[in-house]
Amino acid sequence: MDFLLQPDPGLVFWTTISFGILVFLLRKYAWGPILHALKVREETIEASLKAAERAKAEVEDLVKVRQEMMNSTRNERDEIIKETRALKEKIINDARSSAQNEANKLIESARTQIEAEKNAAIKELKTQVAEISIDIAGLILESELKSEKKQKEIIDKYLDKVNFN
Amino acid sequence: MKRVLGIILFSLISLLPVAASEHSEAKGGEENNTEKFDPTVVIEHHISNAHVWHVVSWGEGEDKVDIEIPLPIILINEGKFHFFLYSRFDHHTQIAEDNGSYFLYHHGTIYNTDAKGTITEDENGHLINTKPWDFSLTKNVWSMWLSIVILLWLFISIAKKYNGSPKRPHGVQSFFEPIILFIKDDIIVDQIGKEKAYKFVPYLLTLFFFIWINNMIGLVPFFPGGSNFTGNISVTMVLAIITFLVTNINGSKSYWKHTLLAPGIPSVVKIILIPVEIIGLFTKPFALMIRLMANITAGHIIIISLVSLIFILQNVWVSPASIALSVVMSILELFVALLQAYIFTLLSALFIGMAVQSEEH
Repeated sequence: MDFLLQPDPGLVFWTTISFGILVFLLRKYAWGPILHALKVREETIEASLKAAERAKAEVEDLVKVRQEMMNSTRNERDEIIKETRALKEKIINDARSSAQNEANKLIESARTQIEAEKNAAIKELKTQVAEISIDIAGLILESELKSEKKQKEIIDKYLDKVNFN
Repeated sequence: MKRVLGIILFSLISLLPVAASEHSEAKGGEENNTEKFDPTVVIEHHISNAHVWHVVSWGEGEDKVDIEIPLPIILINEGKFHFFLYSRFDHHTQIAEDNGSYFLYHHGTIYNTDAKGTITEDENGHLINTKPWDFSLTKNVWSMWLSIVILLWLFISIAKKYNGSPKRPHGVQSFFEPIILFIKDDIIVDQIGKEKAYKFVPYLLTLFFFIWINNMIGLVPFFPGGSNFTGNISVTMVLAIITFLVTNINGSKSYWKHTLLAPGIPSVVKIILIPVEIIGLFTKPFALMIRLMANITAGHIIIISLVSLIFILQNVWVSPASIALSVVMSILELFVALLQAYIFTLLSALFIGMAVQSEEH
């Protein structure tokens, strides 16, 4: 089988030419475009990944901003609620104290009125007592001075007390 | 279910020769036994180049029918061109006449002869007639052109898919893209280095796919496959020489200095080392040439030998075993086809990489 190791000039010739043309054609119409496209794709993918990363960071920032906004809003709300609560308390307290004052005032005025009424009643009672006393005195006197003797006795007694100076 | 069907189909196919052999035995069993089957002839015929493309043949003796395509013969003899088809060679005498010159076709080689077909032989029985320069478009040339058509069609159509904006690869593109990227990144750029690699990428990619597809075509057992193209020394020689030229033309200063001057080594050792280095320049591509050719040819020989087993043992019941074995071998050969393409490309890239390194080490 020595033919196995004998190069054949014809086949060498055709192989060289054909392979050369194949390399040329594939380089121009296949490897060039393919490798270029792969490079472009690689760059695109890299750029896209970077853009995605950036977008992700932006979203994270947005989330953070939102969180901050939410936090501040919540704080504000809490503040407002607190203020409102305080205001409510104050209003209630105010209302309560003014009502107390009013009540006190009413009680006071009622008391003075009662006092005045009482005094007037006492005064009236006094005058009535005086009148009644006079009537009683008159009755007593009437009954006492029925006898002459007694009249004289009283006049004497009275005259004893009076000094004629 | 599929497996069962496969087994049935396989046994049917392996039993096919039974019918055939019974038929021929009925016809002339005596003749069959006397005519000794010589696998060497079949194997030699298969693994060598040819000026005719044999498609199929059937029948025996007088009834034998050969379907074959005569290929164009191109000869240069004494400064004159001769073009004719193989069919001009006489079927019996194997002599063809063209413009007053006579040529003899003998075991795949064309010799000069005269009208009577005179031959001169040396003591070993080899023909020593003069030979014209034979540039015929042989079976291997057509096989190579087939592979080139496939490669161009395949990769140019793939390249077209990359037009426009970058998108996800589809279909055949997604099969070849990882391979292309693997060869480019893991073989070429790895061995040669990022800065210098781009120059060699087209050659090495073409080399890989050229060897691979031709190995695969060689494994197709029927027309138009089966030619032993990458197992032909002329072909591997051309590829190895191209790698040799690419390597040494692009050799850097430090590469040549290391090869020719071997700096930093005692001068006594230099006397031995420098010739070794210079021989090494040639042994590297030589190894490439022999490795590819031997691997592919060996694969072809093994598969044909396994099939020949049926005829050597003259027993059809060997056929299941021999078919099963050749299927296994074919699967192995599919792997070898890829592996040899990979090795050739890897080593080419390695040699180029060693030559273009400019830094001192």
